[in-house]
Amino acid sequence: MRTNNNPYIPYNATVEDTWYETGGERAIKTFKVVLDDEEVRKNWNHCPGQCAMIGVLGVGESMISISCSPTEGEFLRFSVMRMGKVTQALHQLEPGDKITVRGPYGNSFPLDEWQGKHILTIGGGIGQAPMRPIVEYVKANYDDYGGLTMIYGARTSGDLCFKGEFEDMAQNDELSCHLTIDVEEEDWDHNVGFVPSMLMDLNPSPENTIAITCGPPIMIRFVLENLKKLGFEDAQIYTTLENRMKCGIGKCGRCNTGGMYVCKDGPVFNYATLKEIPEAFA
Amino acid sequence: MSAMLLNKEKWPDFVGKLAGKNLWVPRADGDAIRFAPAAEGEAPALDYSNSRVPPKQAVFPQTETLFRFKVDGEDLEVPQIEDQTVLLGVRPCDARAMTIIDKLFSWDENDPYYLKRREMVTMIGLACTEPGLNCFCSSVGGSPASTEGLDLLIVDLGENYLLEAVTEKGEAVLKDTADLLDEAKDDPIQQKEKIIKEAEQKIKRSVDPEGIPEGLPRLWEDPLWQRVSASCLGCGTCTFLCPTCHCFDIQDETEGFESRRCRTWDSCMFGEYTLHTSGHNPRPTRRERTRNRINHKYSYYVDKFDVIACVGCGRCINLCPVNIDIVNILGQVKEAL
Repeated sequence: MRTNNNPYIPYNATVEDTWYETGGERAIKTFKVVLDDEEVRKNWNHCPGQCAMIGVLGVGESMISISCSPTEGEFLRFSVMRMGKVTQALHQLEPGDKITVRGPYGNSFPLDEWQGKHILTIGGGIGQAPMRPIVEYVKANYDDYGGLTMIYGARTSGDLCFKGEFEDMAQNDELSCHLTIDVEEEDWDHNVGFVPSMLMDLNPSPENTIAITCGPPIMIRFVLENLKKLGFEDAQIYTTLENRMKCGIGKCGRCNTGGMYVCKDGPVFNYATLKEIPEAFA
Repeated sequence: MSAMLLNKEKWPDFVGKLAGKNLWVPRADGDAIRFAPAAEGEAPALDYSNSRVPPKQAVFPQTETLFRFKVDGEDLEVPQIEDQTVLLGVRPCDARAMTIIDKLFSWDENDPYYLKRREMVTMIGLACTEPGLNCFCSSVGGSPASTEGLDLLIVDLGENYLLEAVTEKGEAVLKDTADLLDEAKDDPIQQKEKIIKEAEQKIKRSVDPEGIPEGLPRLWEDPLWQRVSASCLGCGTCTFLCPTCHCFDIQDETEGFESRRCRTWDSCMFGEYTLHTSGHNPRPTRRERTRNRINHKYSYYVDKFDVIACVGCGRCINLCPVNIDIVNILGQVKEAL
């Protein structure tokens, strides 16, 4: 459906499956999406960390992190928090409904560069969405990496995304999966406490390790501080940024943080780069 | 490239020859000048300082349909841009501005709407003999007779206009109007040079941008940003009427069963521009927005595209309702460095 190489024309896609990750007013719903056109589907090539503009015709588009790894199959997954006009409309979609997709956009995690290293992901809340493709990618190419440690937390167990998947991982000895919630709950047999303090409790070695973090700004701030305390160098730390976006292709202007466009130069940033941009954590 | 003379008496005939195409001319509208499609037989007087809205609107319309679709339909209809357009009377600063935003619209992915319009437009410029009160083009790489971005330059020599072709498109205009033109000899060229030199000397405002692009990041927390934005109303005039501002919003509109996705000019001076759906705003006040506006034009754009995204047209100074003055801001930046 994309004609004349026009980057503003979205691809048609169909929602194959949906489910709720969390409930409440700001519920998070996951969409498994399949691009309609076979050729488009074959040529689609995203990497962990990239995003896509997904939307509903007549309502608009939002930039959403692609929360699956290409190793999982010829489909896309998006986990969307119900927030504004477009995400409200997306939440109405059920299996069989149409959705539009543009992308994939942005840079990605340098997973090739990271081969041989231990991968440590530190996520909070919906911030696990861009972490999940890394976890899945490393799981699928486990021999290429020096191991995988995942720390993931949310306010309550009901606020954790992908919980079912990670419960299984927590039983797997090859992967080190640590779930945490902010306050004590009945029947919760994982950690209780904030993500940054759990990081300190685990005390991971910085040696030959890459740490990636994504979550609420306050969590990121303390995670970065703690990673430094643990001896991580800036260049060993990655995070992703988000900003309001309209075009996704570095034209509409608004997603800049300093001189960087989050849609083109990001969303993945090395902390060594990011700390030089005064606006990055604004 | 050739240079020809057009006697002013033949001006209406010259404009008449261009009228076969989609011709935009400067027209008086109240106390302002605006570019608009020419009416039949309309021959604009070339006696204005500059238009209020820059002629970028002809290649980057204020509102533009990206595609149309029916409610519940899947087929998208993309408007075709087929008209050859002639812009008549463009000031050199505004033509230069388009070469600056060309870089944005063609880096990485091409913007097909903008680039198609650019390809279809012939720009006929008008050299400045009487610069405006707040013009400072010569500070930022321009000049009253700069031909950057123009296809043809018109210089007012009194009795005659001197017409200098800059590109093949400009040569084509001279060829189409050849029966109205006379050969320009050495005299008119010398006369032009004298007039332009005088015009340059009439420019009263100036700033030396040396050191600003590299220096701005160091002034991130400088009190000057609070000072220069204190009176800002956030109206967005400075950016809407800026010939190098290119930011846009994308919105869907539905009327009955007909819908369209369109883009409209937007401004970094508006709070909604960067407002996250969570309520968080990375640029929460006019201090941050003003800082971004100046940094974008004088630092980020220079880093990315190697040119200052300001042509010194003076519109943001002339039309700011509270007299915020970019030359003054840049002066304060220089002082703080």
